[in-house]
Amino acid sequence: MATPTGPRDRGRGLEVSVVRVDDLALRFGERTLFEELSFELERGELLAVLGPNGTGKTSLIRILLGQLAPSAGRVVVEGCPPRERCHRIGYVPQQRVFDRDVVLRGRDLVQLGLDGHRWGFGRLSSDGHARVDASLAEVGAEAYADSPIGRLSGGEQQRLRVAQALVADPVLILADEPLLSLDLAHQRGVIDLLDARRESAGTPVVFVTHDVNPVLHTVDRVLYLAPGSWAIGTPDEVLTSETLSSLYGTEVDVLNVRGRVVVVGTPDDQHVHHVENGH
Amino acid sequence: MFVQLLGEHFVHTALWAGAIAAIVSGAIGIFVVTRGMSFAVHAISELGFTGATGALVLGVSPVLGVLGGSLLVGLVLGLLSLRGRERDSAIGAVLAFGLGLGVLFLSLYRAYATEAISLLFGNIFGVSDAQLRNLAIVGGIVLVGLGVLYRPLFFSSVDPEIAAARGVPLRALSVAIFLLLALTTAEAIQVVGVLLVLALVITPAAAAQRLTGRPTLALLLSIAIALVSTEGGILLSLAKPWPTSFFITTISFAFYVAARLLDWSRGRQSRLISSPPRRMWALR
Repeated sequence: MATPTGPRDRGRGLEVSVVRVDDLALRFGERTLFEELSFELERGELLAVLGPNGTGKTSLIRILLGQLAPSAGRVVVEGCPPRERCHRIGYVPQQRVFDRDVVLRGRDLVQLGLDGHRWGFGRLSSDGHARVDASLAEVGAEAYADSPIGRLSGGEQQRLRVAQALVADPVLILADEPLLSLDLAHQRGVIDLLDARRESAGTPVVFVTHDVNPVLHTVDRVLYLAPGSWAIGTPDEVLTSETLSSLYGTEVDVLNVRGRVVVVGTPDDQHVHHVENGH
Repeated sequence: MFVQLLGEHFVHTALWAGAIAAIVSGAIGIFVVTRGMSFAVHAISELGFTGATGALVLGVSPVLGVLGGSLLVGLVLGLLSLRGRERDSAIGAVLAFGLGLGVLFLSLYRAYATEAISLLFGNIFGVSDAQLRNLAIVGGIVLVGLGVLYRPLFFSSVDPEIAAARGVPLRALSVAIFLLLALTTAEAIQVVGVLLVLALVITPAAAAQRLTGRPTLALLLSIAIALVSTEGGILLSLAKPWPTSFFITTISFAFYVAARLLDWSRGRQSRLISSPPRRMWALR
C-alpha cells in the first residue's frame, strides 16, 4: 500500500519523549476497551488515533487530559502525570456550536484559554493581551475576533478553538474529532494550523478522528484501536489489510483509491464511514 | 404629595433595598442566563415561598424561611449538577412538591394572609431598617462570591468542556452558583415577591445579552437595567398607587423588548448592507 506522502522521520529517539503511556488499560465493568497499551510521543510528532466507535478513543484523550483515571498503567506528560496539571495541555474538542446569544466574543474565548481557570475578576496583563492577539493572528481570526461567537460559522468557531488551545503555549495538543461537521476547506484549515504549530514549536499532537484521509499527508504514526486490540505504527505499517485483519480477527481490506485510504469489511458496519466520507 | 413622600424614611429604605437587590440580581443574572438556569430561578423562589410559609407556621421570621427554603433547594439542584432536559424535569418535580408543601403550610397558618400575599408579590415599602441591614450583608456576600469565582464561573458557564479539561471544578462551581442564586433570590423576594423574582434576575440579563457580546459590558448593562427598573418602579408607585412590582416588571420588560428590537434591526441592517452578515457585529 502506498500513501500519498511517506511517513516522516523526525529523528525519533534523539529527543526525550513528551508523552509516555505505559501498559495502560481501561475497563468499564466487564468491558475492556484496551489493555497493555504503551507508546511514546516525541516532540513534533502527530499521532492519529483511529478506530470504530466505542473503542476508547475519546477515553484515551480524557486520560491524557487527567479527567479519567485508567484501570491500570500510567501516563506521564513531560515527567508528570496529567492529573497533577503541571503542564498546559491544549485541547480542541468536537465542534459544538455556541448558543447564538451567548455573551462571548472570539477574543474572550481565546482569553479564557489563558486565564479562565484563575480565581477572581482579573485583568489581563499587556503581555496577556499580546498573546491573545498573537493567537488570533496565528489562526487568521482577527477579522471576526470581536464579533459575538454565537453568530460565527462553525469553521470560524473551530479556528477560535484552535487559537484557544494554542494561547497558553501547551506542551501537548489533544484534538478529539476536531473536523467533525466542518466543510473540506475548514477541515484543511484546522489541520494546517495544528501542523504549523508542531512545525514551529515542536508541540506534539494527538488527533482523534474516524477518517484518517484529511490528515493522512501530515500523520507520523497511527494508533488504531479496534475492539479489544490495538496497533501502532506508521500509516504504511498499520493501515494494511494484514494488520487490520489481524486486529479485527476477520478479513478486512484496506484499499487505496485515488490517494485515499478506504477500509472495507470491518465487522462494525458504521465503519464504512471511511467510504461515506470519501469526497 | 410625591415630593413629600421622597422625604419619608420608609421611601429611602425602600430605595436602598431595591438598589441592593437590583445590583445583586443583575450581576448573577448574566451567569443564570448563560447557563440556562431560568427555570431553576423560578423553582428556587417558589420554594423560598414554601420556606416562608413553613416559617410562619413555626412562628419564625418568614425572611429566615425564605433563606432556608431557597438555600436548601439551591444546594440540592447544585449537587445534582444536571444539564438540559434532565435538569428541567428534575426541577419541575421538586418545584411541584415544594409548592404542595407551601399550600399545606398556608392552610395551617391561620393568621393574617397579608404576610403571604406580600411574600408572593413583594412589599418593598415594608422593609425595616434591620431587614435593610441584612439585605446589605447578604448582597455583599453574593457580590464578593461572584467576584472571587468570576473567571472560572464564566469559563464553566460558556465553555464547560474546555473548562473541565483545564481543571476548572465544574461541580463545585455548580453548587456555588446555586447557593449564590438562592441568596440572591431571597433578596429579590423581599422586593418584588416570589412570583416576580424573574423580573430582576432574568429579564435584565436577557436584555443585556441582546445588546452586547462583551462579557463585562453585559454584566454592567444587566446591573444598570435592573437598577433603573427597580428604582424607577419604586418612584412611579409613589406617584401612582399601583403595585410597585407591576412597575418594576413593566420597566424591565420594556428594556427586554427594546433590546430585542434593536438586535433584530441590527441583524436586518447588516443583512441588507453587507455579506457575510456577521461582519457588522465587529462594530460592537
